[in-house]
Amino acid sequence: MHKSSPTQNRLSQFRRTLFAGAIAASIGLGISAPSLAWEPTKSVEFVVPAGTGGGADQMARFIQGVVTKHNLMKQSLIVVNKSGGAGAEGFLDVKGSVKDPHKIIITLSNLFTTPLATGIPFNWKDLTPVQMLALDQFVLWVNAETPYKTAKEYTTAVKAAGPSKFKMGGTGSKQEDQIITVAIEKLTGDKFIYIPYKGGGEVAVQLVGKHVDSTVNNPIEAVEQWRAGKLRPLCVFDDKVMPYNAKVTATQSWADIPTCKSQGMDVDYQMLRGIFMPGGVTKDQVAFYVDLFKKIQATPDWKEFMEKGAFDTTTLTGDEFVKWLTKEELRHQTLMAEAGFLAKK
Amino acid sequence: MEEINSLMHGFAVALTPMNLGLMMVGIVLGVLIGVLPGLGGANGVAILLPLTFAMGNTPAGQVSAIILLSCIYWGALFGGAITSILFNIPGEPWSVATTFDGYPMAQQGRAGEALTAAFTSSFVGAFIAVLMITFLAPLVAKFALRFGPPEFFAVYLLTFCSFVGMTKSPPMKTVAAMMLGFALAAVGLDTVTGQLRLTFGFTELLKGFDFLIAVIGLFGIGEILLTIEEGLDFKGMTGKMKMKVVIETWKQLPKYWKTSLRSSLIGCWMGITPGGATPASFMGYGVAKKFSPNGASFGKGDIEGVIAPETAAHAAGTSALLPMLTLGIPGSPTAAVLLGGLLVWGLQPGPMLFEEKKDFVWGLIASMYLGNIAGLIVVLTTVPFFAAILRIPFSIIAPVILVICAIGAFTVHSSMFDVWLMVVFGVIGYVFKKLDYPLAPLVLALVLGDRAEDAFRQSMLSSQGTVTIFFSNPLVGSITTLALLMLFWGPLTSLIKRIRG
Amino acid sequence: MSQQESNEKSAASVRVVDAVTAVIIFAFGAVVIWDSYRLGSKWGSDGPEAGYFPFYIGVILCIASVINLLNALREKPEQDGGESFVSRSSMKMIMSVMIPTVVYVALIAGIGPIPGVGIYVASALFIVLFMRWLGHYGWGKAVGVSVAVPIVFFMMFEIWFKVPLPKGPLEAMLGLN
Repeated sequence: MHKSSPTQNRLSQFRRTLFAGAIAASIGLGISAPSLAWEPTKSVEFVVPAGTGGGADQMARFIQGVVTKHNLMKQSLIVVNKSGGAGAEGFLDVKGSVKDPHKIIITLSNLFTTPLATGIPFNWKDLTPVQMLALDQFVLWVNAETPYKTAKEYTTAVKAAGPSKFKMGGTGSKQEDQIITVAIEKLTGDKFIYIPYKGGGEVAVQLVGKHVDSTVNNPIEAVEQWRAGKLRPLCVFDDKVMPYNAKVTATQSWADIPTCKSQGMDVDYQMLRGIFMPGGVTKDQVAFYVDLFKKIQATPDWKEFMEKGAFDTTTLTGDEFVKWLTKEELRHQTLMAEAGFLAKK
Repeated sequence: MEEINSLMHGFAVALTPMNLGLMMVGIVLGVLIGVLPGLGGANGVAILLPLTFAMGNTPAGQVSAIILLSCIYWGALFGGAITSILFNIPGEPWSVATTFDGYPMAQQGRAGEALTAAFTSSFVGAFIAVLMITFLAPLVAKFALRFGPPEFFAVYLLTFCSFVGMTKSPPMKTVAAMMLGFALAAVGLDTVTGQLRLTFGFTELLKGFDFLIAVIGLFGIGEILLTIEEGLDFKGMTGKMKMKVVIETWKQLPKYWKTSLRSSLIGCWMGITPGGATPASFMGYGVAKKFSPNGASFGKGDIEGVIAPETAAHAAGTSALLPMLTLGIPGSPTAAVLLGGLLVWGLQPGPMLFEEKKDFVWGLIASMYLGNIAGLIVVLTTVPFFAAILRIPFSIIAPVILVICAIGAFTVHSSMFDVWLMVVFGVIGYVFKKLDYPLAPLVLALVLGDRAEDAFRQSMLSSQGTVTIFFSNPLVGSITTLALLMLFWGPLTSLIKRIRG
Repeated sequence: MSQQESNEKSAASVRVVDAVTAVIIFAFGAVVIWDSYRLGSKWGSDGPEAGYFPFYIGVILCIASVINLLNALREKPEQDGGESFVSRSSMKMIMSVMIPTVVYVALIAGIGPIPGVGIYVASALFIVLFMRWLGHYGWGKAVGVSVAVPIVFFMMFEIWFKVPLPKGPLEAMLGLN
């Protein structure tokens, strides 16, 4: 797909715009979508390259629920967890299912990090990109009982304590949480003890129990502990504040959390929540899923889910998505090379 | 008492004819899921989750939906014991320990008795756990927060230590079996460094050796091969088919109250921390064997050897829902999927749930009482039916069991490689059994090995390599000490005896 | 020598099987040690490296199997080659189940270029074969059970629980994919 000629690209872009327009119109007018050239003829397997209960799994099961609730697909959508080897099991499974249109996969940052860190024979180009659903934010959290009110105060304390005194908890090793931790260390010259855990929910609870000093949990993993007054968000690793103004706690909303950049920590990292298909599928087949996810994103349930998890709702499809992926792969390569996380060849 | 009032209100919410009906449906489905190896409780709940989305639109519907799902969960907990006892095939990981005495009982023609004991103890364990959730929830949630990596490691150490010295196999064969389990557990991705271990470039090995596949092979297939060796004219056995067996078994259960209580406490504790139902069942079995006056007859078809692991597994399975509700951390894979369900209905588990959604929480707790009673009634009525399965001639049941094993192995990861692996494990199980290599230490090491190692290395990271972290506070110190006590229990007691004598 | 006697004869002695098993476990332990060494098996500045535990597990495995091997060899071979691990007749029985089982698993998804027939058809064939030749049931009964069981499983897995199992050309023909 990424090797097609410019004219073809323009043509497909044109087709896609036409499609999107038609779909938008049909949703707007409340009539059923035009009959598409391809439709699933059997149940669709929805692979989650992560364990049950994590962020990607929650989103996949939520999508499954929305599809069922609003009857968006004639065949059923079946969520299958293939978490082995930091998601490598799932990626290799989809890579091996060339031309199978009844299989889709939801990805997280391990789309880039797992092959780089383990050297497994996989690259996102082995798959067909369908759509970026959203970007997940990362927030720096501390226990609410600690005196640190701002990220500056916290980093000052880390610096004052000397290297390897403060513990940063995170999900997995050589993955997004540790990449962010290393990026912070690079900027501030501090050194954390990074402790890897199996899941994001566990990490948040370890912070509540004060077994670690800080975490970079995704909003949805820590929001309840924040509401209960157990955790305190210090800053978000994005170049702009989150757009959600509704109060989450009595006094604060997501929008009240400053960017880490404004706190002197210029780290900007979001995690992809995207949908891919196996390689070799036809345009019509991809179009079906693009359309399906458009419908899902139009539901009120989805909007509520996005707000609860303070997601960045940027959506990309087609060439723009491919462009983003290419850029992001390069970025991960640099970040991980700097951190010394690349697999030994 | 505020809790009693809230609970009564909960009963009012849960006790509608519709909800009672859903309870029955849930239990039956759950038992079916629990019986089939591979199709675990987590699977079952995940598959049926979408069905409940339409129900979750109203607060009353949310209660109904969670009742349906949690009853599937309880049904699966009950059902796991059935195949363990009848065919030596654990339907669920936590029913491995049930095979140790349950299967010998069935071979002696006491399948009905074993099933009744298993179901009843499951009920007792779950009931005690629900009582604890009702009255001690906030306290217990706080306790769970005190568990960091060193505490987890100490708990796993305790599980191992309460289990060692149990087999009568040659000591070096026991060591070899246990180390094999640890080695197999290490295959795959290392959590702490993110490196691949022992995969040698085979993509099939990336996901490691799944405990369930090993168990289906070692226990299930291995057992079939042993039976076949004795000749295929083996025509099934006679088992009592009457409901009378239930009453008769009940008569002898009260005298094991100490074991039940001990296992319930172990289970509750393991469920909350959350260590999980599988280690709880092993620990329950090991501790019962150490402290019971009949300890020596464990493994030969002692009813106490069924009561101990089943009570602990269910106490753990039930109390695992508490950290899920109060902290948002699931104590088991099934709880993890339930958590996903709650999210879709707009209920965010966590510390605020108990305050903001009182109706829901107390409706759920009330349904735990009702679901368990309903479950017990449903499964007990099936005892004669399941006991009768053993009467089917072996040459019909054996191929069907082999088919079930193959399906079970496949469904764990949807992988054909796993089915082959299961066959290999079957041969290993057969050879090991004949050569007197014990299987239990292998299985225990396989299920807990990587978790124990992760916890140990997380502890080492946070202490920067200092081992004294396992005695750094009263909680972890006392668990570690207890573990060491357990390890040396045998030599210690004989030493005391010698001093006295 | 009558047929009966030759069936009672041992196919392998416990001593030999015990020794072979110990050697296989030793080899496994050695492989574990080798890979752990590659990963780094030292106690680093912040605790054990990835290969630390597997390395010592491998070492203990090797030591234990050497002792087990010596124990096996020390047992005196008696006139018949020692205690029998499995008699010839039992071995025959086991093979008569193991071989169909292996063929069954191979049939599910096929091997290499040979396509599989799916788990349901393979199960039906397996059960019918088992009941007919090993259980000596009539065709009627055997076919009845072998058709009923896969249908029940099909209903349960594909329809109720929506767990897709491997399927073959028959399901495709019937449009059940």
